[in-house]
Amino acid sequence: MNEYEERLRSWVGRELSVPKPGQDPVNVPMIRHWVEAMADPNPVYLDEEAARATGRDGIVAPASMMQAWTMRGYAATVNPRPGAGDGMAELIALLDEGGYTSVVATDSEFEFHRELVPGDHVSAGEVVEAISPEKNTALGAGRFITTVRTYRDQDGEVVAVQRWRTLRFRPKAPQERPEAPQERPEAPQERPEAPQEREKPRALRPRPAVNLDNAFWFEAAREHRLVVQRCAACKALRHPPGPCCPQCGSFDWDTVDSAGDGHVYSYVVNHHPPHPAFDMPYIVAVVELAEGTRLITNLTGVAPEEVEIGMPVVLEWLEADPELTLPVFRPAAPRKER
Amino acid sequence: MILTGRDYADVAVGEELPELSIPLTRTMIVATAIASRDYQDVHHDPGLAVERGSRDVFMNILTTNGLVDRYATSWAGPAARVRAIRIRLGAPNYPGDTMTLTGTVSAKDDAARRVEIAVRGTNSLGAHVTGTVVIELPEGGRP
Repeated sequence: MNEYEERLRSWVGRELSVPKPGQDPVNVPMIRHWVEAMADPNPVYLDEEAARATGRDGIVAPASMMQAWTMRGYAATVNPRPGAGDGMAELIALLDEGGYTSVVATDSEFEFHRELVPGDHVSAGEVVEAISPEKNTALGAGRFITTVRTYRDQDGEVVAVQRWRTLRFRPKAPQERPEAPQERPEAPQERPEAPQEREKPRALRPRPAVNLDNAFWFEAAREHRLVVQRCAACKALRHPPGPCCPQCGSFDWDTVDSAGDGHVYSYVVNHHPPHPAFDMPYIVAVVELAEGTRLITNLTGVAPEEVEIGMPVVLEWLEADPELTLPVFRPAAPRKER
Repeated sequence: MILTGRDYADVAVGEELPELSIPLTRTMIVATAIASRDYQDVHHDPGLAVERGSRDVFMNILTTNGLVDRYATSWAGPAARVRAIRIRLGAPNYPGDTMTLTGTVSAKDDAARRVEIAVRGTNSLGAHVTGTVVIELPEGGRP
């Protein structure tokens, strides 16, 4: 791991901003602006009587407005003044140093603990949960920054928790850009409805055959967890997923998380037939995990002629499109000079 | 005033929500960004948006949250309470396009009277948003 990587890694777990109250408490005028702009017809946001008829004490703010109560506003956006101990500004400076100067939001996962009412005053603290290795995306090479924001009311009670993911990337030169940049730019195949014309971004990867027996594996992959099915009776690990233990016949199972280390057990290089979702040629490998099971996957970050049987590899996540996340592997260490 | 909307007992997993088409005007994209206190230039300044590699201004993620919220609660009725909104963004929402939201009830949690709705919003470029909304519903007319 190089020094820059170390410095980035040191941010994981750190607090980016000390919670401070939003500019304004929850109030009716801001709710009205939101509801008008969203064209939201729900009466409980502005009509006291309608809100009480639903069992509430009075009007409430839309749940989705949570983040808006903590936005920094116009002046601080056009003229940011980072204060001492402003972790966010420091992290952004470190990312700028790596060339990751642009940003797009990709994911927001909100859990709401209670509804907000006028007079509530919300603060948000933010902690770094993960910083990804550099990924190649349609907009340029970048890193996904995942943070967890905890929203608290004036009494310090948690009112919502949000997992928030942005891509910080090096913008590509205009001629390298895809025809239409996308807000989830690492997924160049995310246009299922777009006609398959030559100038359009590539097609979607083939859909995996997901069923009741293997859905857990693909769901875990979406959360960037590579899981291995384990027999609950005899503890034998197995892959691919199946309903029944091939060792002892038990139908009871759970999973373990793989650490993501393995080696190339076998591989082929596909040159033909061409498929619009893939750059030819590409590597299909059987990777044996340190846990012992093998899976069929793709190798990335290595040329076909450099792959060797037994080569140590590490897990990386491919965000193929909004509905498909897959584990792929790249060489674990710098390759030997020849 | 009578409590209107969906009752927990009457919702079945697999039920489809009515489709909702939302015209994405330039005014709407700017108005929603400002209503969410988001003054990033890519959401209101076409020249700077192009300079930063976009083809035009595009909708901000807070608005996508707001529209997914509106879609779920419009179907569920005013007594519903939103417990979670989890979204992943795809193709941007540009002015002049239309986003069509579809949804399916994907799970029920009887103990908490919660219903999970799988939501998808597509525009002419593909999926703008995929995700889930969890709402708590009244049962037997009581919130």
